[in-house]
Amino acid sequence: MNIVACVKQVPDTEAQIKVKGDGSGIEEGGIKWVMNPYDEFGVEESLKLKEKFGGEVTIVSVGPARTMETIRTALAMGAEKGIQIDDPALYNADAYATAEALAAAIKGVPYDIIFCGQRAIDDDSAQVGSILAELLGIPQVTFATKLEINGTVVKATRPIEGAAVVIETSLPCVITATKGLNEPRYASLPGIMKAKKKPVDIKKAADLGVTGASKSKVAKFTPPPARPPGKIICADDTPEGKAAELAKLLREEAKVI
Amino acid sequence: MAKGVWIVAEQRDGALRKVSFELASTARKLADQLGEEVGAVLCGSGVEAMAAELGKYGVDKVYVADNAALEPYTTDAHAAAVAKIVKESDPSILLLGASAQGKDLSASLVGKLATGMATDCTDVKIADGKLCAVRPMYAGKCFGEIVIDTFPQMASLRPNVFTIVECAKAGEVVKFDAGLDAAKTKVAEILKEAAGKIDVAEANIIVSGGRGMKGPEGYGILEELAGLLGAAVGASRAAVDAGWRPQSDQVGQTGKVVSPNLYIACGISGAIQHLAGMSSSKYIVAINKDAEAPIFARADYGIVDDLFKVVPVLTQEVKKLLA
Repeated sequence: MNIVACVKQVPDTEAQIKVKGDGSGIEEGGIKWVMNPYDEFGVEESLKLKEKFGGEVTIVSVGPARTMETIRTALAMGAEKGIQIDDPALYNADAYATAEALAAAIKGVPYDIIFCGQRAIDDDSAQVGSILAELLGIPQVTFATKLEINGTVVKATRPIEGAAVVIETSLPCVITATKGLNEPRYASLPGIMKAKKKPVDIKKAADLGVTGASKSKVAKFTPPPARPPGKIICADDTPEGKAAELAKLLREEAKVI
Repeated sequence: MAKGVWIVAEQRDGALRKVSFELASTARKLADQLGEEVGAVLCGSGVEAMAAELGKYGVDKVYVADNAALEPYTTDAHAAAVAKIVKESDPSILLLGASAQGKDLSASLVGKLATGMATDCTDVKIADGKLCAVRPMYAGKCFGEIVIDTFPQMASLRPNVFTIVECAKAGEVVKFDAGLDAAKTKVAEILKEAAGKIDVAEANIIVSGGRGMKGPEGYGILEELAGLLGAAVGASRAAVDAGWRPQSDQVGQTGKVVSPNLYIACGISGAIQHLAGMSSSKYIVAINKDAEAPIFARADYGIVDDLFKVVPVLTQEVKKLLA
Protein backbone atom coordinates (compact mmCIF):
# COMPACT_ATOMS: atom_id res chain seq x y z
CA MET A 1 0.00 0.00 0.00
CA ASN A 2 1.34 3.42 -0.96
CA ILE A 3 0.58 5.93 1.72
CA VAL A 4 1.06 9.69 1.82
CA ALA A 5 0.91 11.70 5.04
CA CYS A 6 0.80 15.49 4.84
CA VAL A 7 2.32 17.31 7.78
CA LYS A 8 2.68 20.93 8.85
CA GLN A 9 5.10 22.48 11.28
CA VAL A 10 3.29 24.68 13.83
CA PRO A 11 4.04 26.49 17.11
CA ASP A 12 3.82 24.20 20.12
CA THR A 13 0.51 24.32 22.02
CA GLU A 14 2.29 25.93 24.98
CA ALA A 15 3.53 28.82 22.79
CA GLN A 16 2.40 32.35 23.63
CA ILE A 17 1.39 34.05 20.39
CA LYS A 18 2.35 37.72 20.01
CA VAL A 19 1.04 39.81 17.13
CA LYS A 20 3.57 42.04 15.33
CA GLY A 21 3.15 45.76 15.98
CA ASP A 22 1.91 46.43 12.44
CA GLY A 23 -0.57 43.53 12.51
CA SER A 24 1.12 41.83 9.55
CA GLY A 25 1.71 38.52 11.30
CA ILE A 26 2.95 36.95 14.51
CA GLU A 27 6.36 37.25 16.17
CA GLU A 28 8.19 34.01 15.44
CA GLY A 29 11.12 34.60 17.81
CA GLY A 30 11.30 32.17 20.72
CA ILE A 31 8.64 29.83 19.33
CA LYS A 32 9.20 26.10 19.66
CA TRP A 33 8.12 24.41 16.41
CA VAL A 34 6.52 20.98 16.41
CA MET A 35 4.58 18.68 14.11
CA ASN A 36 0.90 19.66 14.09
CA PRO A 37 -0.66 17.28 16.66
CA TYR A 38 -3.46 16.21 14.29
CA ASP A 39 -0.89 15.37 11.60
CA GLU A 40 0.83 13.07 14.11
CA PHE A 41 -2.34 10.96 14.13
CA GLY A 42 -2.14 10.79 10.33
CA VAL A 43 1.52 9.74 10.37
CA GLU A 44 0.83 7.09 13.02
CA GLU A 45 -2.11 5.67 11.04
CA SER A 46 0.08 5.58 7.92
CA LEU A 47 2.71 3.57 9.76
CA LYS A 48 0.10 1.17 11.14
CA LEU A 49 -1.29 0.55 7.65
CA LYS A 50 2.21 0.00 6.27
CA GLU A 51 2.92 -2.50 9.05
CA LYS A 52 -0.31 -4.33 8.22
CA PHE A 53 -0.33 -4.21 4.41
CA GLY A 54 3.30 -3.44 3.49
CA GLY A 55 4.29 -0.54 1.24
CA GLU A 56 5.81 2.87 1.73
CA VAL A 57 4.95 6.06 3.56
CA THR A 58 5.81 9.38 1.91
CA ILE A 59 5.70 12.57 3.98
CA VAL A 60 4.77 15.81 2.19
CA SER A 61 5.00 19.24 3.74
CA VAL A 62 4.77 22.87 2.65
CA GLY A 63 6.97 25.22 4.65
CA PRO A 64 10.26 27.10 5.04
CA ALA A 65 13.67 25.56 5.79
CA ARG A 66 12.83 24.79 9.45
CA THR A 67 10.07 22.43 8.24
CA MET A 68 12.76 19.86 7.41
CA GLU A 69 12.99 19.12 11.13
CA THR A 70 9.31 18.08 11.21
CA ILE A 71 9.71 15.92 8.09
CA ARG A 72 12.71 14.24 9.75
CA THR A 73 10.57 13.60 12.84
CA ALA A 74 8.03 11.74 10.69
CA LEU A 75 10.85 9.80 8.99
CA ALA A 76 12.23 8.94 12.43
CA MET A 77 8.81 7.60 13.41
CA GLY A 78 9.15 5.22 10.45
CA ALA A 79 8.18 6.87 7.14
CA GLU A 80 10.38 6.11 4.11
CA LYS A 81 10.83 9.41 2.28
CA GLY A 82 9.82 13.03 2.20
CA ILE A 83 8.96 15.90 -0.09
CA GLN A 84 9.42 19.44 1.17
CA ILE A 85 7.80 22.23 -0.81
CA ASP A 86 9.80 25.27 0.19
CA ASP A 87 9.03 28.44 -1.73
CA PRO A 88 8.62 32.02 -0.44
CA ALA A 89 5.55 32.27 -2.69
CA LEU A 90 3.87 29.76 -0.35
CA TYR A 91 4.99 31.08 3.05
CA ASN A 92 1.67 32.82 3.71
CA ALA A 93 -0.37 30.54 1.48
CA ASP A 94 -4.04 30.01 2.24
CA ALA A 95 -5.63 26.57 2.35
CA TYR A 96 -6.37 26.49 -1.39
CA ALA A 97 -2.84 27.38 -2.48
CA THR A 98 -1.38 24.93 0.04
CA ALA A 99 -3.64 22.12 -1.17
CA GLU A 100 -2.78 22.94 -4.79
CA ALA A 101 0.94 22.58 -4.05
CA LEU A 102 0.37 19.35 -2.11
CA ALA A 103 -1.82 17.92 -4.88
CA ALA A 104 0.81 18.71 -7.50
CA ALA A 105 3.52 17.00 -5.44
CA ILE A 106 1.34 13.99 -4.62
CA LYS A 107 0.45 13.46 -8.29
CA GLY A 108 4.11 12.57 -8.74
CA VAL A 109 4.07 9.67 -6.27
CA PRO A 110 1.90 6.55 -6.26
CA TYR A 111 -0.78 6.67 -3.57
CA ASP A 112 -3.65 4.53 -2.30
CA ILE A 113 -4.50 6.64 0.72
CA ILE A 114 -3.59 10.15 1.88
CA PHE A 115 -3.69 11.41 5.45
CA CYS A 116 -3.92 14.99 6.70
CA GLY A 117 -4.66 16.36 10.16
CA GLN A 118 -8.26 17.57 10.50
CA ARG A 119 -6.82 21.05 11.03
CA ALA A 120 -3.51 22.70 11.76
CA ILE A 121 -3.46 24.30 15.18
CA ASP A 122 -1.95 27.55 13.87
CA ASP A 123 -4.38 28.86 11.25
CA ASP A 124 -7.16 26.46 12.31
CA SER A 125 -8.56 26.43 8.77
CA ALA A 126 -9.64 22.76 8.62
CA GLN A 127 -9.74 22.92 4.81
CA VAL A 128 -6.57 21.52 3.25
CA GLY A 129 -7.45 17.80 3.32
CA SER A 130 -10.86 18.37 1.72
CA ILE A 131 -9.53 20.68 -0.99
CA LEU A 132 -6.76 18.17 -1.71
CA ALA A 133 -9.36 15.41 -2.21
CA GLU A 134 -11.34 17.64 -4.57
CA LEU A 135 -8.24 18.57 -6.59
CA LEU A 136 -7.26 14.91 -6.91
CA GLY A 137 -10.87 13.90 -7.64
CA ILE A 138 -11.01 11.26 -4.90
CA PRO A 139 -13.39 10.76 -1.96
CA GLN A 140 -12.68 11.98 1.54
CA VAL A 141 -13.65 11.38 5.13
CA THR A 142 -12.86 14.21 7.55
CA PHE A 143 -12.35 14.11 11.33
CA ALA A 144 -11.81 10.33 11.41
CA THR A 145 -11.60 8.73 14.85
CA LYS A 146 -11.53 5.15 13.57
CA LEU A 147 -10.43 3.56 10.31
CA GLU A 148 -10.83 0.06 8.87
CA ILE A 149 -9.61 -1.03 5.46
CA ASN A 150 -10.68 -4.25 3.76
CA GLY A 151 -9.37 -4.66 0.22
CA THR A 152 -10.31 -1.32 -1.32
CA VAL A 153 -13.26 -0.74 1.02
CA VAL A 154 -12.70 1.98 3.61
CA LYS A 155 -14.83 2.41 6.71
CA ALA A 156 -14.15 5.51 8.77
CA THR A 157 -15.96 6.87 11.81
CA ARG A 158 -16.45 10.59 12.27
CA PRO A 159 -18.05 12.28 15.27
CA ILE A 160 -20.87 14.75 14.71
CA GLU A 161 -22.85 16.60 17.38
CA GLY A 162 -24.37 13.95 19.63
CA ALA A 163 -23.52 10.98 17.39
CA ALA A 164 -20.85 9.29 15.32
CA VAL A 165 -21.28 8.38 11.66
CA VAL A 166 -19.59 5.42 9.99
CA ILE A 167 -18.79 6.37 6.40
CA GLU A 168 -18.04 3.80 3.75
CA THR A 169 -15.95 4.72 0.74
CA SER A 170 -13.16 3.23 -1.35
CA LEU A 171 -9.47 3.66 -2.03
CA PRO A 172 -7.88 5.90 -3.09
CA CYS A 173 -9.17 8.52 -0.67
CA VAL A 174 -8.17 11.30 1.72
CA ILE A 175 -8.65 10.83 5.44
CA THR A 176 -8.31 13.74 7.86
CA ALA A 177 -7.29 12.51 11.28
CA THR A 178 -8.44 13.65 14.67
CA LYS A 179 -7.80 12.71 18.27
CA GLY A 180 -8.96 9.19 19.08
CA LEU A 181 -7.70 7.60 15.85
CA ASN A 182 -4.58 6.23 17.57
CA GLU A 183 -1.75 7.04 19.98
CA PRO A 184 1.18 8.42 17.97
CA ARG A 185 4.47 6.66 18.69
CA TYR A 186 7.63 8.45 19.70
CA ALA A 187 10.65 8.29 17.42
CA SER A 188 13.22 5.78 18.68
CA LEU A 189 16.90 6.64 18.84
CA PRO A 190 17.79 4.21 15.99
CA GLY A 191 14.83 5.70 14.11
CA ILE A 192 16.27 9.19 14.52
CA MET A 193 19.67 8.01 13.27
CA LYS A 194 18.13 6.26 10.24
CA ALA A 195 15.96 9.27 9.42
CA LYS A 196 19.04 11.38 8.74
CA LYS A 197 19.85 9.24 5.69
CA LYS A 198 16.33 8.96 4.30
CA PRO A 199 15.70 10.89 1.06
CA VAL A 200 13.85 14.21 1.13
CA ASP A 201 13.17 16.02 -2.15
CA ILE A 202 13.02 19.79 -1.95
CA LYS A 203 10.72 21.38 -4.50
CA LYS A 204 9.91 24.93 -5.56
CA ALA A 205 6.43 26.01 -6.64
CA ALA A 206 7.61 26.22 -10.25
CA ASP A 207 8.89 22.61 -10.13
CA LEU A 208 5.31 21.60 -9.39
CA GLY A 209 3.71 23.93 -11.90
CA VAL A 210 1.87 26.00 -9.29
CA THR A 211 2.09 29.74 -8.63
CA GLY A 212 1.37 29.68 -4.91
CA ALA A 213 -1.28 32.37 -5.38
CA SER A 214 -3.83 32.43 -2.55
CA LYS A 215 -7.57 33.07 -2.84
CA SER A 216 -7.79 34.66 0.61
CA LYS A 217 -5.47 36.50 2.95
CA VAL A 218 -5.27 37.64 6.53
CA ALA A 219 -5.51 41.41 6.07
CA LYS A 220 -4.73 42.05 9.71
CA PHE A 221 -3.76 40.08 12.79
CA THR A 222 -4.98 41.38 16.16
CA PRO A 223 -4.46 40.26 19.74
CA PRO A 224 -7.53 38.73 21.38
CA PRO A 225 -9.84 41.28 23.00
CA ALA A 226 -8.70 42.00 26.56
CA ARG A 227 -10.89 40.59 29.34
CA PRO A 228 -11.81 43.01 32.11
CA PRO A 229 -10.32 42.02 35.46
CA GLY A 230 -12.53 39.59 37.33
CA LYS A 231 -13.38 39.33 40.99
CA ILE A 232 -12.47 36.72 43.52
CA ILE A 233 -15.53 35.89 45.59
CA CYS A 234 -14.67 35.85 49.30
CA ALA A 235 -18.17 36.18 50.82
CA ASP A 236 -18.02 34.91 54.41
CA ASP A 237 -14.99 32.76 53.55
CA THR A 238 -16.94 29.49 53.68
CA PRO A 239 -17.47 27.28 50.59
CA GLU A 240 -21.23 27.59 51.16
CA GLY A 241 -21.14 31.38 51.33
CA LYS A 242 -18.98 31.64 48.22
CA ALA A 243 -21.22 29.30 46.23
CA ALA A 244 -24.34 31.24 47.22
CA GLU A 245 -22.70 34.55 46.26
CA LEU A 246 -21.62 33.11 42.89
CA ALA A 247 -25.13 31.87 42.09
CA LYS A 248 -26.49 35.33 42.90
CA LEU A 249 -23.89 37.12 40.74
CA LEU A 250 -24.52 34.79 37.78
CA ARG A 251 -28.24 35.44 38.08
CA GLU A 252 -28.33 39.16 38.87
CA GLU A 253 -25.10 40.66 37.53
CA ALA A 254 -24.08 38.48 34.59
CA LYS A 255 -27.68 37.38 33.90
CA VAL A 256 -26.50 34.11 32.38
CA ILE A 257 -28.57 31.65 34.38
CA MET B 1 -21.06 40.06 -11.48
CA ALA B 2 -21.51 37.92 -8.39
CA LYS B 3 -24.57 39.00 -6.43
CA GLY B 4 -26.49 37.83 -3.37
CA VAL B 5 -25.69 36.65 0.12
CA TRP B 6 -26.29 32.92 0.39
CA ILE B 7 -26.29 30.40 3.16
CA VAL B 8 -26.28 26.62 3.23
CA ALA B 9 -29.02 25.64 5.67
CA GLU B 10 -28.33 22.62 7.85
CA GLN B 11 -31.01 20.09 8.74
CA ARG B 12 -30.91 16.76 10.49
CA ASP B 13 -33.66 14.27 11.34
CA GLY B 14 -36.40 16.34 9.75
CA ALA B 15 -35.65 19.67 11.42
CA LEU B 16 -33.50 22.69 10.68
CA ARG B 17 -30.62 23.08 13.08
CA LYS B 18 -30.33 26.28 15.11
CA VAL B 19 -27.19 27.35 13.26
CA SER B 20 -29.33 27.69 10.11
CA PHE B 21 -31.27 30.56 11.73
CA GLU B 22 -28.03 32.15 12.92
CA LEU B 23 -26.77 31.97 9.32
CA ALA B 24 -30.02 33.37 7.87
CA SER B 25 -30.11 36.30 10.32
CA THR B 26 -26.45 37.15 9.66
CA ALA B 27 -26.88 36.88 5.89
CA ARG B 28 -29.92 39.21 6.09
CA LYS B 29 -27.82 41.84 7.87
CA LEU B 30 -25.03 41.65 5.28
CA ALA B 31 -27.46 41.60 2.35
CA ASP B 32 -29.26 44.72 3.60
CA GLN B 33 -25.95 46.55 3.73
CA LEU B 34 -25.21 45.50 0.16
CA GLY B 35 -28.79 45.98 -1.10
CA GLU B 36 -28.88 42.34 -2.21
CA GLU B 37 -31.08 39.29 -1.67
CA VAL B 38 -30.59 36.39 0.73
CA GLY B 39 -30.61 32.91 -0.78
CA ALA B 40 -30.50 29.63 1.09
CA VAL B 41 -29.57 26.20 -0.22
CA LEU B 42 -31.43 23.35 1.45
CA CYS B 43 -30.55 19.76 0.60
CA GLY B 44 -32.12 16.53 1.80
CA SER B 45 -35.14 14.34 1.34
CA GLY B 46 -38.62 15.69 2.10
CA VAL B 47 -37.23 19.04 3.19
CA GLU B 48 -39.41 21.45 1.23
CA ALA B 49 -41.64 22.22 4.21
CA MET B 50 -38.66 23.66 6.09
CA ALA B 51 -38.23 26.44 3.54
CA ALA B 52 -40.96 28.65 5.01
CA GLU B 53 -39.21 28.61 8.36
CA LEU B 54 -36.07 30.04 6.75
CA GLY B 55 -38.23 32.85 5.34
CA LYS B 56 -39.06 33.90 8.89
CA TYR B 57 -35.39 34.72 9.48
CA GLY B 58 -34.87 36.83 6.39
CA VAL B 59 -34.36 34.43 3.49
CA ASP B 60 -35.84 35.65 0.19
CA LYS B 61 -35.35 32.48 -1.84
CA VAL B 62 -34.75 28.90 -0.77
CA TYR B 63 -33.08 26.69 -3.37
CA VAL B 64 -34.27 23.18 -2.55
CA ALA B 65 -32.71 19.93 -3.76
CA ASP B 66 -35.06 17.17 -2.68
CA ASN B 67 -33.52 13.81 -3.43
CA ALA B 68 -33.36 10.53 -1.54
CA ALA B 69 -29.62 10.38 -2.27
CA LEU B 70 -29.15 13.54 -0.15
CA GLU B 71 -30.31 11.79 3.03
CA PRO B 72 -28.51 11.14 5.30
CA TYR B 73 -25.79 13.73 4.71
CA THR B 74 -22.71 12.69 2.75
CA THR B 75 -19.92 15.04 1.74
CA ASP B 76 -19.85 14.20 -1.96
CA ALA B 77 -23.61 14.34 -2.59
CA HIS B 78 -24.17 17.58 -0.68
CA ALA B 79 -21.04 19.29 -1.99
CA ALA B 80 -21.99 18.36 -5.57
CA ALA B 81 -25.54 19.70 -5.13
CA VAL B 82 -24.52 22.96 -3.46
CA ALA B 83 -21.64 23.57 -5.90
CA LYS B 84 -23.97 23.08 -8.86
CA ILE B 85 -26.55 25.70 -7.81
CA VAL B 86 -23.87 28.13 -6.57
CA LYS B 87 -22.03 27.95 -9.90
CA GLU B 88 -25.29 28.57 -11.78
CA SER B 89 -26.41 31.48 -9.60
CA ASP B 90 -23.07 33.14 -8.74
CA PRO B 91 -23.70 34.60 -5.25
CA SER B 92 -21.07 37.02 -3.92
CA ILE B 93 -21.06 35.60 -0.38
CA LEU B 94 -21.68 32.04 0.84
CA LEU B 95 -22.03 31.31 4.56
CA LEU B 96 -22.12 27.93 6.31
CA GLY B 97 -22.12 26.88 9.94
CA ALA B 98 -18.82 25.77 11.47
CA SER B 99 -20.63 22.69 12.81
CA ALA B 100 -19.38 19.14 12.23
CA GLN B 101 -21.35 18.96 8.96
CA GLY B 102 -20.68 22.56 7.95
CA LYS B 103 -16.92 22.27 8.44
CA ASP B 104 -16.85 19.15 6.30
CA LEU B 105 -19.10 20.51 3.57
CA SER B 106 -17.58 23.99 3.41
CA ALA B 107 -14.02 22.73 2.98
CA SER B 108 -15.09 20.46 0.15
CA LEU B 109 -16.93 23.38 -1.49
CA VAL B 110 -13.80 25.53 -1.33
CA GLY B 111 -12.14 22.87 -3.49
CA LYS B 112 -15.05 22.57 -5.92
CA LEU B 113 -15.56 26.34 -6.26
CA ALA B 114 -11.83 27.20 -6.24
CA THR B 115 -12.31 30.05 -3.82
CA GLY B 116 -11.22 31.20 -0.37
CA MET B 117 -12.90 30.74 2.99
CA ALA B 118 -12.56 32.06 6.52
CA THR B 119 -13.26 29.18 8.94
CA ASP B 120 -15.10 29.35 12.27
CA CYS B 121 -15.70 33.12 12.24
CA THR B 122 -16.92 35.04 15.27
CA ASP B 123 -17.81 38.21 13.33
CA VAL B 124 -18.55 39.11 9.72
CA LYS B 125 -19.06 42.56 8.23
CA ILE B 126 -19.02 44.43 4.95
CA ALA B 127 -16.11 46.80 4.27
CA ASP B 128 -15.77 48.56 0.90
CA GLY B 129 -18.44 46.30 -0.56
CA LYS B 130 -16.48 43.17 0.39
CA LEU B 131 -16.79 40.58 3.11
CA CYS B 132 -14.46 41.05 6.06
CA ALA B 133 -14.51 37.98 8.31
CA VAL B 134 -13.05 38.00 11.81
CA ARG B 135 -11.87 34.68 13.20
CA PRO B 136 -9.82 33.31 16.07
CA MET B 137 -6.51 31.77 15.01
CA TYR B 138 -4.09 29.70 17.08
CA ALA B 139 -7.26 28.59 18.93
CA GLY B 140 -7.95 32.19 19.95
CA LYS B 141 -4.44 33.24 20.96
CA CYS B 142 -4.85 35.88 18.23
CA PHE B 143 -7.51 36.97 15.72
CA GLY B 144 -7.33 37.51 11.97
CA GLU B 145 -9.37 39.68 9.62
CA ILE B 146 -9.79 37.71 6.42
CA VAL B 147 -10.52 39.11 2.97
CA ILE B 148 -11.20 36.92 -0.04
CA ASP B 149 -10.31 37.85 -3.62
CA THR B 150 -12.49 35.25 -5.36
CA PHE B 151 -16.24 34.53 -5.52
CA PRO B 152 -18.16 33.35 -3.69
CA GLN B 153 -16.44 34.82 -0.65
CA MET B 154 -16.96 32.00 1.82
CA ALA B 155 -17.10 31.97 5.60
CA SER B 156 -18.16 29.38 8.14
CA LEU B 157 -19.70 30.86 11.29
CA ARG B 158 -19.10 29.51 14.76
CA PRO B 159 -22.37 28.13 16.16
CA ASN B 160 -23.97 30.00 19.06
CA VAL B 161 -22.12 33.28 18.47
CA PHE B 162 -24.38 35.06 15.95
CA THR B 163 -27.73 36.47 17.07
CA ILE B 164 -30.97 35.11 15.64
CA VAL B 165 -33.27 37.92 14.44
CA GLU B 166 -36.75 37.36 13.05
CA CYS B 167 -37.36 39.25 9.83
CA ALA B 168 -40.15 37.88 7.66
CA LYS B 169 -39.34 37.50 3.97
CA ALA B 170 -40.90 35.41 1.23
CA GLY B 171 -38.82 32.27 1.63
CA GLU B 172 -39.91 31.44 -1.92
CA VAL B 173 -39.06 27.85 -2.88
CA VAL B 174 -37.00 27.35 -6.02
CA LYS B 175 -36.48 23.64 -6.73
CA PHE B 176 -33.33 22.52 -8.48
CA ASP B 177 -32.00 19.22 -9.71
CA ALA B 178 -28.95 18.18 -7.68
CA GLY B 179 -27.56 16.40 -10.77
CA LEU B 180 -25.81 13.75 -8.71
CA ASP B 181 -23.33 11.24 -10.08
CA ALA B 182 -23.04 7.76 -8.60
CA ALA B 183 -22.25 8.09 -4.90
CA LYS B 184 -18.63 7.59 -3.92
CA THR B 185 -19.40 7.51 -0.22
CA LYS B 186 -22.31 6.26 1.84
CA VAL B 187 -23.31 6.25 5.47
CA ALA B 188 -22.95 2.70 6.76
CA GLU B 189 -24.17 3.37 10.27
CA ILE B 190 -25.11 6.17 12.68
CA LEU B 191 -24.07 5.59 16.28
CA LYS B 192 -26.15 7.85 18.52
CA GLU B 193 -24.80 8.98 21.86
CA ALA B 194 -26.96 8.99 24.97
CA ALA B 195 -30.16 10.92 24.29
CA GLY B 196 -30.17 14.52 25.39
CA LYS B 197 -26.41 14.88 25.54
CA ILE B 198 -25.43 18.43 24.60
CA ASP B 199 -22.24 18.86 22.58
CA VAL B 200 -19.73 21.36 24.03
CA ALA B 201 -19.43 23.02 20.62
CA GLU B 202 -23.14 23.90 20.66
CA ALA B 203 -23.77 24.59 24.35
CA ASN B 204 -24.81 27.94 25.82
CA ILE B 205 -23.32 26.92 29.14
CA ILE B 206 -20.40 24.55 29.76
CA VAL B 207 -19.47 23.08 33.13
CA SER B 208 -15.95 21.80 32.69
CA GLY B 209 -13.65 19.73 34.88
CA GLY B 210 -9.90 19.13 34.88
CA ARG B 211 -7.29 17.26 36.83
CA GLY B 212 -8.78 18.62 40.06
CA MET B 213 -11.80 16.30 39.61
CA LYS B 214 -9.44 13.55 40.83
CA GLY B 215 -11.08 10.82 38.73
CA PRO B 216 -14.03 9.95 36.51
CA GLU B 217 -16.40 9.61 39.50
CA GLY B 218 -15.75 13.25 40.45
CA TYR B 219 -17.73 14.39 37.39
CA GLY B 220 -21.03 13.33 38.99
CA ILE B 221 -21.38 16.72 40.69
CA LEU B 222 -20.65 18.52 37.41
CA GLU B 223 -23.22 16.39 35.55
CA GLU B 224 -25.80 17.35 38.16
CA LEU B 225 -25.11 21.08 37.88
CA ALA B 226 -25.00 20.83 34.08
CA GLY B 227 -28.31 18.97 34.00
CA LEU B 228 -29.93 21.76 35.99
CA LEU B 229 -28.51 24.49 33.73
CA GLY B 230 -29.12 22.68 30.45
CA ALA B 231 -25.35 22.76 30.04
CA ALA B 232 -22.76 20.51 28.41
CA VAL B 233 -19.99 18.94 30.47
CA GLY B 234 -16.52 19.71 29.17
CA ALA B 235 -13.07 18.49 30.13
CA SER B 236 -9.44 19.56 29.98
CA ARG B 237 -6.82 17.65 28.01
CA ALA B 238 -5.42 16.21 31.24
CA ALA B 239 -8.81 14.68 32.10
CA VAL B 240 -9.31 13.27 28.60
CA ASP B 241 -5.77 11.88 28.37
CA ALA B 242 -6.30 10.22 31.75
CA GLY B 243 -9.33 8.46 30.25
CA TRP B 244 -11.81 10.11 32.63
CA ARG B 245 -13.91 11.70 29.89
CA PRO B 246 -14.52 11.05 26.16
CA GLN B 247 -12.37 13.07 23.81
CA SER B 248 -15.48 14.64 22.24
CA ASP B 249 -15.74 16.63 25.51
CA GLN B 250 -12.22 18.09 25.32
CA VAL B 251 -12.00 21.88 25.26
CA GLY B 252 -8.76 23.52 24.13
CA GLN B 253 -6.31 23.96 21.28
CA THR B 254 -6.22 20.21 20.58
CA GLY B 255 -9.92 19.77 21.32
CA LYS B 256 -12.90 21.99 20.67
CA VAL B 257 -12.67 25.76 20.69
CA VAL B 258 -15.83 27.06 22.35
CA SER B 259 -17.60 30.38 22.98
CA PRO B 260 -20.51 29.74 25.35
CA ASN B 261 -22.29 32.43 27.38
CA LEU B 262 -20.98 30.86 30.56
CA TYR B 263 -17.98 28.61 31.12
CA ILE B 264 -17.56 27.17 34.62
CA ALA B 265 -14.04 25.74 35.02
CA CYS B 266 -13.72 23.38 37.97
CA GLY B 267 -10.36 22.05 39.04
CA ILE B 268 -8.77 23.37 35.84
CA SER B 269 -5.49 25.18 36.39
CA GLY B 270 -5.56 26.86 32.96
CA ALA B 271 -2.77 25.56 30.73
CA ILE B 272 -2.22 27.90 27.75
CA GLN B 273 -3.72 25.35 25.38
CA HIS B 274 -6.90 25.12 27.47
CA LEU B 275 -7.24 28.90 27.91
CA ALA B 276 -6.91 29.29 24.15
CA GLY B 277 -9.94 27.10 23.65
CA MET B 278 -12.35 28.88 25.99
CA SER B 279 -11.18 32.48 26.45
CA SER B 280 -13.82 33.85 24.09
CA SER B 281 -16.59 32.64 26.41
CA LYS B 282 -18.79 35.55 27.50
CA TYR B 283 -18.49 34.83 31.22
CA ILE B 284 -15.87 32.62 32.83
CA VAL B 285 -16.09 31.19 36.34
CA ALA B 286 -13.09 29.45 37.93
CA ILE B 287 -13.32 27.22 40.98
CA ASN B 288 -9.94 25.96 42.09
CA LYS B 289 -8.20 25.58 45.43
CA ASP B 290 -4.90 26.90 44.06
CA ALA B 291 -5.09 30.72 44.24
CA GLU B 292 -2.11 30.93 41.86
CA ALA B 293 -3.79 28.93 39.06
CA PRO B 294 -3.57 30.86 35.72
CA ILE B 295 -7.30 30.28 35.10
CA PHE B 296 -8.08 33.04 37.65
CA ALA B 297 -6.45 35.65 35.39
CA ARG B 298 -9.16 34.94 32.77
CA ALA B 299 -12.09 34.47 35.13
CA ASP B 300 -14.88 37.00 35.63
CA TYR B 301 -15.70 35.29 38.91
CA GLY B 302 -13.24 33.21 40.87
CA ILE B 303 -13.65 31.03 43.93
CA VAL B 304 -10.51 29.82 45.68
CA ASP B 305 -11.74 26.75 47.53
CA ASP B 306 -12.35 23.02 47.38
CA LEU B 307 -14.60 22.41 44.38
CA PHE B 308 -16.08 19.31 46.00
CA LYS B 309 -17.50 21.58 48.70
CA VAL B 310 -18.42 24.51 46.44
CA VAL B 311 -20.09 22.81 43.48
CA PRO B 312 -22.81 20.87 45.37
CA VAL B 313 -23.84 24.05 47.20
CA LEU B 314 -23.79 25.99 43.94
CA THR B 315 -26.13 23.37 42.49
CA GLN B 316 -28.54 23.80 45.43
CA GLU B 317 -28.42 27.59 45.15
CA VAL B 318 -29.06 27.47 41.40
CA LYS B 319 -31.97 25.10 42.04
CA LYS B 320 -33.49 27.67 44.41
CA LEU B 321 -33.00 30.51 41.92
CA LEU B 322 -34.55 28.56 39.06
CA ALA B 323 -37.49 27.34 41.14
